[in-house]
Amino acid sequence: MKQLMIGNEAIARGAFEAGATVATAYPGTPSTEIVTNFADFEGVYAEWAPNEKVAMEVGVGASIGGARTLVAMKHVGINVAADPLYTFAYTGVNGGMVIVSADDPGMHSSQNEQDNRGYGRFAKLLVIEPSDSQEALDFTRQAFDLSEQFDTPVMLRITTRLAHSQTMVEKGEPQAPVLKEYKKNAPKYVMLPGYARGRHVEVEKHFEALREYVEQSPLNRIEWGDRKIGIITSGIPYQYVKEVMGDVSVLKLGIVNPLPRKMIEEFAAGVERLIIVEELEPVIEEQVRSWGIKVEGKEHFTLLGEYSPEYIELQLKGAAPPASFGLEKEIPARPPLLCAGCPHRGVFHTLRRMRLKVAGDIGCYTLGALSPLEGMDTCICMGASIGTAMGLEKARGEEFAAKTVAVIGDSTFVHSGITPLIDVVYNQGTSTVLILDNDTTAMTGHQDHPATGVTIQKQPTAKLDIEALVRAVGVKNVRTVDPLKLDELETALKEELERREPSVIIAKRPCVLLEKVVVTNPIMVDPELCTGCKVCIRVGCTGISFNDEEKKAEINAGCIACGMCEQVCTFDAIKPVEV
Amino acid sequence: MMQDKITNVLIVGVGGQGTLLTSRIIAQVAVQMGYDVKVSEIHGMAQRGGSVVSQVRYGSKVYSPIIKKGDADIILGFEKIETARWLDYLKPDGMVVINNERVNPLPVMSGKAKYPDDIHEKIAALLPQTVIVNATEIATAIGNVKVANVVLVGLLSAAVGIPAEEVEKAITEIVPPKALEVNLQAFREGRNRYRTAG
Repeated sequence: MKQLMIGNEAIARGAFEAGATVATAYPGTPSTEIVTNFADFEGVYAEWAPNEKVAMEVGVGASIGGARTLVAMKHVGINVAADPLYTFAYTGVNGGMVIVSADDPGMHSSQNEQDNRGYGRFAKLLVIEPSDSQEALDFTRQAFDLSEQFDTPVMLRITTRLAHSQTMVEKGEPQAPVLKEYKKNAPKYVMLPGYARGRHVEVEKHFEALREYVEQSPLNRIEWGDRKIGIITSGIPYQYVKEVMGDVSVLKLGIVNPLPRKMIEEFAAGVERLIIVEELEPVIEEQVRSWGIKVEGKEHFTLLGEYSPEYIELQLKGAAPPASFGLEKEIPARPPLLCAGCPHRGVFHTLRRMRLKVAGDIGCYTLGALSPLEGMDTCICMGASIGTAMGLEKARGEEFAAKTVAVIGDSTFVHSGITPLIDVVYNQGTSTVLILDNDTTAMTGHQDHPATGVTIQKQPTAKLDIEALVRAVGVKNVRTVDPLKLDELETALKEELERREPSVIIAKRPCVLLEKVVVTNPIMVDPELCTGCKVCIRVGCTGISFNDEEKKAEINAGCIACGMCEQVCTFDAIKPVEV
Repeated sequence: MMQDKITNVLIVGVGGQGTLLTSRIIAQVAVQMGYDVKVSEIHGMAQRGGSVVSQVRYGSKVYSPIIKKGDADIILGFEKIETARWLDYLKPDGMVVINNERVNPLPVMSGKAKYPDDIHEKIAALLPQTVIVNATEIATAIGNVKVANVVLVGLLSAAVGIPAEEVEKAITEIVPPKALEVNLQAFREGRNRYRTAG
């Protein structure tokens, strides 16, 4: 019987049906649910790796060890994993390997919108792109066969819309896992220059074989219709084209690298106008153009963001949506914000109060950059905060460093904050690093990591001691504070910033969403004492709001009595409700 | 029972209001009835107290997982300004069901922006097919404020013409047995409200 599944669940199912027994990942929207779903199957191994590079390397080992292996990450995770990925494309596989790259056009939850089909071209990977959950399941399953057939890792490229849309899926019969024989084969798996030269020859050979395969692969297909317009498309844009373009001819690519040149030439010859509809970069368009085929593409469509059915319809048919009802100018924005009781709020309130420069990082706490906290100067990628703070110091000197902190979450620190901290110690930086330890990977939906002491399959395990780790790399000044004890945090910051040595402050308090909060000590605003100064409002908490008529602050139902606003009120107007 | 027409339902609100469960019940009902169904939602950053939207589409064959602007048959708004924010996705003669609930966004809480308190009335003036309901009050009267979203499921299912027994079947499957009675009551109450309002 058919059932609804998000794309990510269907990918996990496809891998399971293909007999995959190992899956590795680091959480990242929109990829996270792939491996969480896989982890629920019987008889498989799944793990949260500390970062995507490790996930990829564990995947490489599992594949060489003979198991069918799934590795999943968001698009920018592939950057982290690119080093093993490129060379694994040389060695090829033993057990089939499928790498999911979950791209995020529109940046729903990302810092850039790079198009990872480019990786496929550079690394000469077979890149497969499904258009709905059924294809996500079927293509994943086939990708394992193709990986073994052509001795190459296969990239399954998806986008947010595919990952998080539910569409109908008919499950298949799982095949029994086969652990392929392990044989030492140094010329294949030891990438010394002498051996790697030999493997490069093999890469080119199997890529030629792939070029032939894609011409007759069932994953690519032509849907002939009216021949005035022919559209080449793939992935989710295929659905938009089918939705709004009526009976045009469509070449639907399920494989976006390598492209089926003969098939495209035949399609081009069969239509009057050839148009390519692809989100982000003109990856297909540039290749087709290079073959001397007359083609339209990015002159109609933007390089930016996520497409929509109405956008395709507007660009190709000139049909605009109905007139606006015109209410939007009255509507206040609703930006995402830190939860009531979030420990990060104490940190960013204090950083702003102290007027510090903040090299930030990736996580819920990046929201500390937004109004009203506005407590962040930079945020580039996972783990960048500490290196960035170091670079600021080396460019502008120790005085500047005495007013600068790096802010990084616990999961992000484990991901890629350790090596830059070693750099600070080694190269005599004086940075103060705040590790915001909320005991989870919060932003992606509360995944465990090496410092939580629990695995993805909910097994208790060794718990990384962040404080001991930080000391071990040579940081002498390490202390742990509660970020919602504002005085304690501010004192710690002042003292550590004054030191001309590296310091780490661990701001430790669990994410407020980890356990259901029962408010036992409710608080209130005493209207007699409240002067309407709004200092409490500027902490940006959903639990306290400003009553414009009374000109007073008031506690609302969202409050969990974390005590933060009580501490910032200079008139003692916020206090426990008297029972 | 198949129909060529595709039904587009947009469910909007604020992260944490239970829009997801609502879209899943509606989608499950459409699956039971033999339709092709697609549901789209966005996870991640947008959930942190931001504006959330779920899109449910069903019919004999559905391509796009998202609704074309100006093509929603019905918007179910869990919150007043969120309903207004997404209103341009509605067909010019579409239907709106608004939960008369105000959740202040940060710019309003901090006094930087005004909450347009009469916005639901403006929507009703623009669109004759507007139903305003206080699902939170109804749920409280039934005895559990948490079932407000199932009250809205009742209204929505009546508005798009889904048979009550199909929804009750889905609720019976999804909801744990001890909470079943209150959920069914919430559903029936919502369904009745649509009849009296519509």
